[in-house]
Amino acid sequence: MNRVENFEALKALQVQESEKLNVREGLAPTQANLARHHVLICAGTGCTSSLSGEVKKELEAKLVEMNLDGEIDVVQTGCFGFCNLGPIMVVYPEGTFYTKVKPEDVAEIAESHLKGGQVVERLLYTIPGTETKAQDMSHIPFFQKQQRIALRNCGKIDPERIEEAIAHNAYQGLGKALTEMQPKDVIQTLLDSGLRGRGGAGFPTGKKWMFAAGYDADEKYVVCNADEGDPGAFMDRSVLEGDPHSVIEAMALGGYAINAHQGYVYIRAEYPIAVHRLQIAIDQAREAGLLGKNILGTGFDFDIDIRLGAGAFVCGEETALLTSVEGRRGEPRPRPPFPAEKGLWDKPSFVNNVETLANIPAIMTKGADWYTSIGTEDSRGTKVFAMAGKVNNIGLVEVPMGTTLRELIYDIGGGIPGGKAFKAAQTGGPSGGCLPASALDTPIDFGSLIKAGSMMGSGGLIVMDETDCMVDIAKFFLEFTQDESCGKCPPCRIGTKRMLEILTKITEGEGTEADIEHLETLAQTISASALCALGQTAPNPVLATLKFFKDEYEAHIKEKKCPAGVCKNLLQYTIDPEKCKGCTLCARNCPADAITGTVKQPHTIDPAKCIKCGTCIEKCKFGAISRQ
Amino acid sequence: MEMVNVIIDGVQVQVEKGTTVLQAAQKAGINIPTLCYLKDVNAIGACRVCLVEIKGAKALQPSCVYPVSEGLEVLTNTAKVREARKAVVELLLSNHPADCLNCVRSGSCELQNLAQQMGIRENRFLGEQSVFPIDDRSVAIVRDPNKCVYCRRCEAVCSKVQGVNILGGIGRGFESTVGPAFGHNLDDINCSLCGQCVNVCPTGALAEKDDTQKVWAALADPDKHVIVQFSPAVRITISEEFGLPMGTISTGKMVAALRRLGFDKVFDTNWSADLTIMEEGNELLDRLQNGGVLPMITSCSPGWVKYCESHFPDQLDHLSTAKSPQGMFGAMVKTYYPETEGIDASKIYSVSVMPCTAKKFEAARPELADSGYRDVDVVVTVREIARMIKQAGIDFANLPDEECDAPMGVGTGAGTIFGATGGVMEAALRTVYEVVTGETLPKIDFEAVRGLDGLKEATVDLNGTKVKVAVVHTLARAKEMMKKVRAGEADYQFIEVMACPGGCVGGGGTPIVNALTRTMLPDDYRAIRGIGLYNDDKNLPLRKSHENPFIVKAYENFLGKPLGHKSHELLHTHYTPRKLYNLDLND
Repeated sequence: MNRVENFEALKALQVQESEKLNVREGLAPTQANLARHHVLICAGTGCTSSLSGEVKKELEAKLVEMNLDGEIDVVQTGCFGFCNLGPIMVVYPEGTFYTKVKPEDVAEIAESHLKGGQVVERLLYTIPGTETKAQDMSHIPFFQKQQRIALRNCGKIDPERIEEAIAHNAYQGLGKALTEMQPKDVIQTLLDSGLRGRGGAGFPTGKKWMFAAGYDADEKYVVCNADEGDPGAFMDRSVLEGDPHSVIEAMALGGYAINAHQGYVYIRAEYPIAVHRLQIAIDQAREAGLLGKNILGTGFDFDIDIRLGAGAFVCGEETALLTSVEGRRGEPRPRPPFPAEKGLWDKPSFVNNVETLANIPAIMTKGADWYTSIGTEDSRGTKVFAMAGKVNNIGLVEVPMGTTLRELIYDIGGGIPGGKAFKAAQTGGPSGGCLPASALDTPIDFGSLIKAGSMMGSGGLIVMDETDCMVDIAKFFLEFTQDESCGKCPPCRIGTKRMLEILTKITEGEGTEADIEHLETLAQTISASALCALGQTAPNPVLATLKFFKDEYEAHIKEKKCPAGVCKNLLQYTIDPEKCKGCTLCARNCPADAITGTVKQPHTIDPAKCIKCGTCIEKCKFGAISRQ
Repeated sequence: MEMVNVIIDGVQVQVEKGTTVLQAAQKAGINIPTLCYLKDVNAIGACRVCLVEIKGAKALQPSCVYPVSEGLEVLTNTAKVREARKAVVELLLSNHPADCLNCVRSGSCELQNLAQQMGIRENRFLGEQSVFPIDDRSVAIVRDPNKCVYCRRCEAVCSKVQGVNILGGIGRGFESTVGPAFGHNLDDINCSLCGQCVNVCPTGALAEKDDTQKVWAALADPDKHVIVQFSPAVRITISEEFGLPMGTISTGKMVAALRRLGFDKVFDTNWSADLTIMEEGNELLDRLQNGGVLPMITSCSPGWVKYCESHFPDQLDHLSTAKSPQGMFGAMVKTYYPETEGIDASKIYSVSVMPCTAKKFEAARPELADSGYRDVDVVVTVREIARMIKQAGIDFANLPDEECDAPMGVGTGAGTIFGATGGVMEAALRTVYEVVTGETLPKIDFEAVRGLDGLKEATVDLNGTKVKVAVVHTLARAKEMMKKVRAGEADYQFIEVMACPGGCVGGGGTPIVNALTRTMLPDDYRAIRGIGLYNDDKNLPLRKSHENPFIVKAYENFLGKPLGHKSHELLHTHYTPRKLYNLDLND
């Protein structure tokens, strides 16, 4: 792409490029030589792993074969969000939303739809509770309550083509700032917007920039935190895979605001697609003169390099991240001094998370007033959640702050599968907590979640039902923090280990009533004395489950029972002599020889030998074996 | 300097801006307990023992790194602070072997001290303990990661002070510890064995390899003629082990104590330090006059020599071929001594008391067997010999002063100052000047090369030839100097390098000075020890190596002349280029 010489040229280019994408707005192509159909195929990590790449290849080959390749564009895009229906394909101008498209479906789509104009009904989404097929995304409840700002271009553009990003207003905010605004105005706009960090703590982004701008130094740095470590969260990956230019633009804006000329994106090496697309985007932005020297002819220099992380959770903590970027063992360092004063290589810096950054270009172009009109007083704008667990619609959703948990789980998530009862929603990852059914009407914003006993975190949302054991969940998160502790301070290194030991004891039926007190003492100690937020918040999953689900702990300790039927050591397998036909199948399959009995006589299980593997239940054809 | 007012536990103090709460509290008369903090070495806020309440801050803050600001209010002794500190120490103890009774650091262990200070009588947090293999393969240092409290002081001293960088955090979570990369042991990697890590370890996770049993066994063997030498820095540092003030010279008591332990002869490494000056001084003159490789660099510090062999194997020609005083003594005590005294050399067992862990490695070098035997049979550090003296019940502090035995028991002040950085240089200059000019030095003290400055330089006029010399201590500074030497930018003729900060008085085998003492002392402890040596030098009748009558006699009766045939055979050595790793990393 040619260098974009100035902001005027960028504006003209935007108009020119956006016309080429008219079809995706449901319009007819503006020029005769443009394609009449755009087939968008999700190329995010989720759909890629369910072979969307194959689907795309197959379709391209088929179109060549049908001599339709000139009339139909096949476009790879970022994530649509409805991940459990992948691979997803959207055909424009109709907006037809195909789900679970397999390579073998391609021929039919090509023949029937792209050539014959007949939609392939069987690949459409059936609206739950009806027989109705949704003809496009606007009819699908999953999308109806969503509002996409951070993900605004994901699923709309080819992330590997800067022209498409420009068509969707990429770099307009930067152009505006560089030509019409002083750095302090940029910061003021951010302050006015009320944008808070989406990485977990919710610190006002404008303040971060303002502090970093306030220190004089020969060099300053802008750092993007793409280390996304919360189990299950993948919004940052999706932004980078689907719209990397929004992050690049925001970093350049940050550079302008604080007078920095170099940025680093710290991204985990487990995100190969994101790394690849981000590098392409950086290269294209440089070529277009939107990064590097003399951006848009304004004399402003800013460049970005990628630093790969090895996947340590703690490297998402900003000071640990900085230490890792510097090439050392990723460990947090005490604050103060804060990164705004002594950040990367001890130079004034700020660290913003990907999702936070992705909001900024939109704020710059549309203004702070627009942004503050979305969300709540406490938390402006939208938040992306990675919804997982016992919920029908698994995927990535972006909703205005203030949306309730109930709306998120039931309206967007489609409720709990299998008619089971909702038990808890886990937010905030390993630093967060589990909220019970009584908290379902909590509006999701930073303050309300903390008040309810959890926290926003980076947007992981795990839904649990009656078959999930809350002690086991707490144990899971502590195993995670213990594994991921950098070890630097004793409260986290040893304290979380001790908490984990107690939880393990409880789940194995060895717990005592004093253990709950011990857990609370340890939790207090760790929260009060750990070095970084990872350690300080590590006890939260235990504290939250103790707060809302103490009865489950007590059942494990006093009755030696796991009400959810998860904790193996507390389960008893028994054979109902009434139902047992003596077929011997269970006894023949028991790996521990724990089942005895003669043919055609009821069998019995020796609890001393039983290893509680569940094989007998699976094998029994008569439902005679129960687990309690 | 800008001053700020801080209120600590209600007491207002004025301190310089940029100081930490820990330092400010000391000014207010409060010693906040610490563990990972070590003055001038480590301030990382990791161990959470020094937590305090800061008004306005949400969480408790580590005082060792928290910077003061105007009007800052600090509470160091609230219930919350006490409970947090106590809990942290309990957690540390819960993953620490409870074998204090047989730990080498019992009594000088900072963790033990903390447990006492916090009044811990039971531990609420007992649980599984991490299990690591003990690294005891090197001849000098034993690492027991099971006792590691992960304070990182060793890592800091190894990387920041020494620039060797072989210790670092490994593992994650509960399995975190400090050690060489990939779990290698110290013998597999380019550890200089300087022992600085041992000096800073608050617990028994790092210790010298204990060779005292070998010495006891030799002393108990009637067939052995057991002799002992003790190095310059030993006479000053041994005092601290017996409650004498830091910087006290205890030469006479040391001789008396060694005799009471049962050594057949007590000799003085100062004697062979003088011998080293004769050889090394003449080697310098030879290099200057005959176009030898310059700058010449001293080779008495075994940590430095090993480091140079690993990191600058292409620069070994710069090292003086003269053996260290320990090495020369070892060769002479099994040749010259038996010859003059009519003793069977094979019966001699040669013990060396050193302020140094790396001397154990030096003594074990295959090339140090020029006498036909192992020149030095065993090396014990100051800490080890102190333990032996204590075990024997010897009341060291009240011993009478005794003199060393002839013919290797008299050294000059020039030998004594070998123990401080710059001392070898000064001793050499005293002799070289007088040998070359034939005149008496107008001023014997070379002040320019004394003290703890990182790089000391001087120029000496030798009959119109200007000789420029430099002195560096610590391996980090040695590395900088060697980079210049390698690049041909080191504009010196003679350089003294000591591996340890402050020279041998700061050696890895000297008494451990704990973190609090380091903070409370009026000066760097190595400076205090060094000044003691210079005072000793000032008070000795002989202060120039070439004036030592026992050295003169040794040349007359045995060696011939410096750099002569016999000297070359016994007193000079060669060096071995080494790799950074002694193993194939592809294995």
